[in-house]
Amino acid sequence: MKATPDTATSGRRPELAVWKFASCDGCQLTLLDCEDELLGIADRLRISYFLEASSAPGPGPYDLSLVEGSITTPQDAERIRHIRAASRRLVTIGACATAGGIQALRNYADVAEYQAVVYARPDYVETLATSTPISAHVPVDFELRGCPIDRGQLVEVITAHLAGRNPDVPAHSVCFECKRRGTVCVTVAHGTPCLGPVTHAGCGALCPAYDRGCYGCFGPSNSVNFPSFVPLLRRDGMATLDVVRVLRTFNTGSPEFDAESRREAER
Amino acid sequence: MTGEAPTAVIGTEGMAELIRVLAARGRTVIGPTVRDGAIVLDELTDGDELPYGRGVELEAGHYRVRPRADGAAFAHSAGPQSWKTYLHPQRERQWNADRGSDGAWVVTEDDTPPPSYAFLGVRPCDLRAIAVQDRVLAGGPHSDNRYRARRERTFLVAVECTEPGATCFCTSMGAGPAVDGGYDLALTEVVDGGGHRFWARAGSDEGASVLAELPHLPADASLATVAHEKVSAAADRMGRTMPEVDLQALMRETLHADRWNDVAARCLTCGNCTMACPTCFCTSAEDVTDLTGDHAERWRRWESCFDLEFSHLPGGPVRASGRSRYRQWATHKLGTWYDQFDSSGCVGCGRCIVWCPVGIDLTEEAHALNAERAAGGPPGEGAA
Ligand code: SF4
Ligand code: SF4
Ligand code: SF4
Ligand code: SF4
Repeated sequence: MKATPDTATSGRRPELAVWKFASCDGCQLTLLDCEDELLGIADRLRISYFLEASSAPGPGPYDLSLVEGSITTPQDAERIRHIRAASRRLVTIGACATAGGIQALRNYADVAEYQAVVYARPDYVETLATSTPISAHVPVDFELRGCPIDRGQLVEVITAHLAGRNPDVPAHSVCFECKRRGTVCVTVAHGTPCLGPVTHAGCGALCPAYDRGCYGCFGPSNSVNFPSFVPLLRRDGMATLDVVRVLRTFNTGSPEFDAESRREAER
Repeated sequence: MTGEAPTAVIGTEGMAELIRVLAARGRTVIGPTVRDGAIVLDELTDGDELPYGRGVELEAGHYRVRPRADGAAFAHSAGPQSWKTYLHPQRERQWNADRGSDGAWVVTEDDTPPPSYAFLGVRPCDLRAIAVQDRVLAGGPHSDNRYRARRERTFLVAVECTEPGATCFCTSMGAGPAVDGGYDLALTEVVDGGGHRFWARAGSDEGASVLAELPHLPADASLATVAHEKVSAAADRMGRTMPEVDLQALMRETLHADRWNDVAARCLTCGNCTMACPTCFCTSAEDVTDLTGDHAERWRRWESCFDLEFSHLPGGPVRASGRSRYRQWATHKLGTWYDQFDSSGCVGCGRCIVWCPVGIDLTEEAHALNAERAAGGPPGEGAA
């Protein structure tokens, strides 16, 4: 994300917009959940469009657009282009916007067939065959990972934007955070399967701290080695189907998890 | 310390009293205790928190706590943390900066008072590791003041090793299993027909005065001999060894070995080895600003050469491949550390072997590199 400090010094309050596509709202609510910082954010940014919080959307253009959700309909594919055109900086928030979300499971299925089974009048439903991340449609300035996103990282992205600096969001594995936190490794000490070694940091290694393996909510780290990693899951009791399933959750649409799950599924 | 070092024999009640005495002197006592299926380091307030009757089963990528019939408290090694957790904490504020009403920035160094620790159960390899970090962080012209302040206030109770783990190789690295100075108190645990006892020696004036406050068991002339025998027997029971060659030269001469491809195929670049290693010291700076833009902070956090961004320069990371990152780690530990700090960067504690999820073993890699060199592998010096 390029630094653009101009609005910070011009005296004008930068305009913030929060947009929703196919998603559960959890990531947007993370912004409302920033109790301690919310007043500060509202003080420094004009919240011009945020339907979760206000019913009077401003006209744009926007300095910072936070985009939640994936693209699943032709209308949404069109809408994101308008939002991009009206936004100086566009940041995706969460696994849906960044990797297609859990709804990207449709990418492995026949959507027309599902529609016929589920809906009485499938012809009323207009949908795409896939769920895709925002970056598949428009250029994205920064992608914030997580399902849901981490509150501290969201504040960091907004603060960094205001200060005109790059956000400090490390892309290494969850294991880094796990060791820093002083957690006992659940794989080494308990034989519990854990996706930490291939998963992007950001949660603070939450699950291992509660004696569970990491589920990969933040998607792939910037340096994955599945051919070495998957045998470890097998050693700790995961069958091929389990491996496919654990990779096919919120970040299944990420190229790395997708490719590995397809390789496994073909075994 | 002047004169002969005082020695004494203490029992488990003396051990409990040691914790109380150190705490009464205003120290935060850190030592081993069982938590979450491991023997971890944590604050101790009482002797019964020590892992009496627990040992560990170690292998590459494998750690399990196991009961011990003899009831020993210090018959374990290669826990998930090391003392650097306390001396060189994973995240630490360095300074604050505030914009004054005139717009000028005022920078103030973090003045959090340093804690005063007592470390109970420092293994000989860990004592060496602390000395290594002392050289890196507090030696030379750019000493880290906060590290130095914590270090100077730390009281060290070393415990010699009579029970090396399957992943230990301190003997190869000249770092154990006996202690040779650098402690306030040294203990050797002996459990036999004569009972559960610790042979204690003071290594500093404060160590001597602490020892004088503890209840002593009747002096037992043979105990020192038994303790010596157990420690020297331990030297012959190391689970791992390094090849008996000049490791610095081995690293220098195998930079282009095929073995690096082999290990890179296994390495997850997850960073666990460097985080668990008691000598790895790398950090990165973290600049924090608040929403007003009038307050900034500089923090420092543990970093690792396995992180792709660690070597990021304009144009991208210098060490993009897993091969180059593993090689950086191994050659730094065993080779270039000598050039930088005049010692090995590895003390043979075995933590990186145990806590690597896929069980990559530094000693096995060194043996393989040595074999490849002996077989006339590619020459080391020259362009990559
Ligand atoms: S518990 Fe999981 S995240 Fe933590 S160090 Fe082990 S493998 Fe990595
Ligand atoms: S390199 Fe491994 S064995 Fe050597 S000191 Fe570090 S963790 Fe211990
Ligand atoms: S091995 Fe890597 S993390 Fe450890 S001190 Fe060397 S460069 Fe730093
Ligand atoms: S050697 Fe092991 S612990 Fe170290 S980065 Fe590679 S896989 Fe992780």
